[in-house]
Formats: sequence, structure tokens, C-alpha cells
Amino acid sequence: MSSLNEKITKQIQATAKSMLDSGKVAAFLGYTKGTLPGTMQPFVARNAEEAQRLCWNSFCVLNLANYLPALLKSLEPPRKRGEPPPEGPLPRVGVLATGCWSRNMVVQIQENQIERDRVVIVGISSRGMVSRRKVEEFVGFQDITSIDEQENSLVVKGNGFEEVINRWDVIRDNCKTCIHPDPVIYDELIGGLSGDRKIPDRFRQVEEIESLTVDQRWEWFQKEISSCIRCYACRNACPLCYCPTCFVDDSRPQWVGKSIDEVDTSLFHILRAYHCAGRCTDCGSCESVCPMGIRMRLLTKKLQKDVFELYGFEPGLDLDTPLPLSTYKMDDPEDFIITDIKKGDQK
Amino acid sequence: MDQGKSSEWEPKIIAFLCNWCSYAGADLAGVSRYQYPPSIRIVRVPCSGRVSANMILDALRSGADGVLVSGCHPGDCHYISGNLFARRRFAVLERFLEFIGIEPGRVNFSWVSASEGEQFAKVASEVTERVRRLGPAKRLVKEIRSCPA
Repeated sequence: MSSLNEKITKQIQATAKSMLDSGKVAAFLGYTKGTLPGTMQPFVARNAEEAQRLCWNSFCVLNLANYLPALLKSLEPPRKRGEPPPEGPLPRVGVLATGCWSRNMVVQIQENQIERDRVVIVGISSRGMVSRRKVEEFVGFQDITSIDEQENSLVVKGNGFEEVINRWDVIRDNCKTCIHPDPVIYDELIGGLSGDRKIPDRFRQVEEIESLTVDQRWEWFQKEISSCIRCYACRNACPLCYCPTCFVDDSRPQWVGKSIDEVDTSLFHILRAYHCAGRCTDCGSCESVCPMGIRMRLLTKKLQKDVFELYGFEPGLDLDTPLPLSTYKMDDPEDFIITDIKKGDQK
Repeated sequence: MDQGKSSEWEPKIIAFLCNWCSYAGADLAGVSRYQYPPSIRIVRVPCSGRVSANMILDALRSGADGVLVSGCHPGDCHYISGNLFARRRFAVLERFLEFIGIEPGRVNFSWVSASEGEQFAKVASEVTERVRRLGPAKRLVKEIRSCPA
């Protein structure tokens, strides 16, 4: 284990322990080791003993903001429907937050999914998380028995092979193009801040697809999603997807069929991405959890680019700017709308 | 859908028209006897802000060759700001559908007020012409297919 991760792990454990001991929080949401090499699982520590199981490394790919609304709700005393919440402050939760996770928490606060004074955010500046799929690809999908993370490399061992991989080579695509690695809101900080990064071509992947013809784009889209098995892991891992009934589960009207018909799959991916427009922080959870390796992040990245171009907005950077699709300006761009056709203007 | 010869083929266009402006505009076009192609099937909605991406995609899935969404001009919405929220959503949706390979011109947006009967007829002709040039919709149309052997 790299000394940096070890240091951060110790600090997380100490912070969680002191918060839980002092009663400042009722639960601490972090990560513990997963069952397979190169996996980490979200973990809720509820006492000082459990806090010792918290851990940190480059495989913390899931967005912890996703678990916050349900966790906060589970800590409230049970009450009947329509009954007002009990008086006095409700139990709080401590949670780790990197740049994108904290931005998702900002979005959740803006959308009234969590309350700011019920979460104690422990910020960590992100160095970028590793894509397990890229590691597997690197070793040709052989079985991996252990992954040891060093400062800037990964030592991957399996049956009869040992590879040293440069860490940056297997970093997730979204982390490579991330310009806000630092938490936006936090109450405590572990390690230092690293400042915004400058990436001039962060939308390069999207621009490559935009430069294709419309037929080629359709071909790309169909090919990209063709392996989808409709497990909805991308939806479940997304901190923006908290609707009690998702549009895919609606049956009257049924917007999306339940089969793996290519039209149904296309509609699912279009609408799933579209629902994230102006809210997605490009945390990459959806892509990380996809068992088929679909790069559905390209869809949300495109929406992120458009929202940025049209309305100059990036989600989750501050609590006071309303989300772009829940507000308007009188002079919003409308060049795509047919407004006035004069005589002889018809092409 | 019978594709036939391109000269015989008449596109099917679903038009979501807001109750207060565009629907009345379409009414006026009829009352004033402006000619426009019979390709438009109107769905009356309370406001263009009611039209969600689901509805537009559902129209395409069900076999529409084109979609038109029309509402009040900005500032004239009878719910004050419905069309302004809608404008942002449509702007993002329009670019997004183009990105994933839906031909530009399949999904159209317009503002038509209740007094613009002639304008409605022109929009209807323009949209029909756009869709006619693209030909029958093939993408996102859910057809009943036989099971692959």
C-alpha cells in the first residue's frame, strides 16, 4: 500500500472515530475493502470499532452521495406517514467527499434530497480513481489475485504473471478530464487541496463523435449500447437517480419497453442521460459499474458540454446558482426554434 | 408503414400544440382557409412546458416520421414561464438527439401565437417539407419483428 493512501486511511479512521465517539454523527459513510482485488465497497461505520475498517485507495469508484438520502432517512426515528418529524436536531452522518461527490451533494441539497446541517462532509482532494476494467484489459483479462497500489503505479499479480502498471495509464476517463478534483463544500479536510486543473480539451471524446456524420453517429450509438443487458446498474449507482418510480418502471404509460429490443435500449439510454442534463458532475459511477463496459458517460458528457455552452453552467459548484433546467432567462438561445417564416424564406 | 414511392409517401407528423396559442393558431389557420399539408396530427397539451422528452420519443417510437412542438412566443405564456422552461429543455434535447444520430429536422420546435393562422400554415408546410426530405423514420421506431432464427 502506498504511504499516501495509508496516511489518508489513518486520518479517515481517526476522524470517523472522533466524530462517532463524540456523538457528532450517528454514522460515518466511507469505504472498506471489497471482496475482490481492486474493489472497494461503500461502508457505514456506526461505532468506533467499525471505524477501524474504513479504508482508502484508488479504487473508490462509486459515488458516496448516492447512499446519503437513504442513509439519512434510515437514521430518523420511525414515524407514520404525514406525521411531522420529531423536534430537535435529527441524527447526522459523516461522509467522505472528493470533488465530484461533493458537487453531487450540492445538487442533492439544491433538490432538497439532503439537508446541509445533517451531513458532516469530510473532504479529500481526488487523485483520480482507477478503472478496474482498464487494469483487466491491461493484463488481457487474466484472473487477478492481488493488486498492490504504490505511489504512482499498481503491481498486479495473478496466476503466473506480475505486471507493474503506471497508475495514470489506467485512470478512469472522467478523472483524466476532471478539472475540479477538490471538494466544493466540506466541514473537515483530509490532506491538502490541489487546486483546479487546466485541461484545454476536456470534451475531446465528445467532439470526436460530434465531428462524425449523423449516420455514423447513429451507428456509433447503436454499437455502443448494443451489449446492454438492461441491468440498470448505471441508474442505481447514480446519485441523481432518486425518483421513487423510475420512468423505466412506469407501466401506464410505458415509456420504455422492458425487453432488450434495440429501440427500448436506445430509449432507456437517451432518457437516462437526458434526466441528468445540467445535474451530472461526471463522477463516472455509471460507467464504472457497467458490467458490459458501455461508455454511457459519453452521453452525459455531451449534455454537460451543451449545458456549459448554452447556459455557462457547471453543476454543483455553488449552492446559490439554480440548476439550469429549473430556471430560465428571457434571452436564452433559441436559434433552433422556427419563429418567423417570411415569404420566400422556405427552403 | 407503407413506404411506397417517395412521391406518394406522405409523412406522419405528431404536433404537440399548446392549448392557448398554437392550437388556437391552427384553428385560425383552418377558419381562415390557409392551406397546409394534411400530414400533421395534433395533440393538444396545456402548455409547451408539459411536453417532456418522453412524449417526443414516444411519438417517434410509435412510428411518427416527425415531431413538432409548438407553444406561445416567449413572454406570452398563459402560465407565465412554461415555454421558457420548455425552451431550455428543448435546446438541450435537440442537440442531444442530433448527437446520438437522429437526423436534424425530425424533431422541430416553433412558436406560433393564436393570431398567427398564416404562420401556423407555413410552419406546418416547412416541417412537412423537412421531414419529407428525410424520408420515413427508421431510427427509434419500434416495429414488431419476427424472432431472429
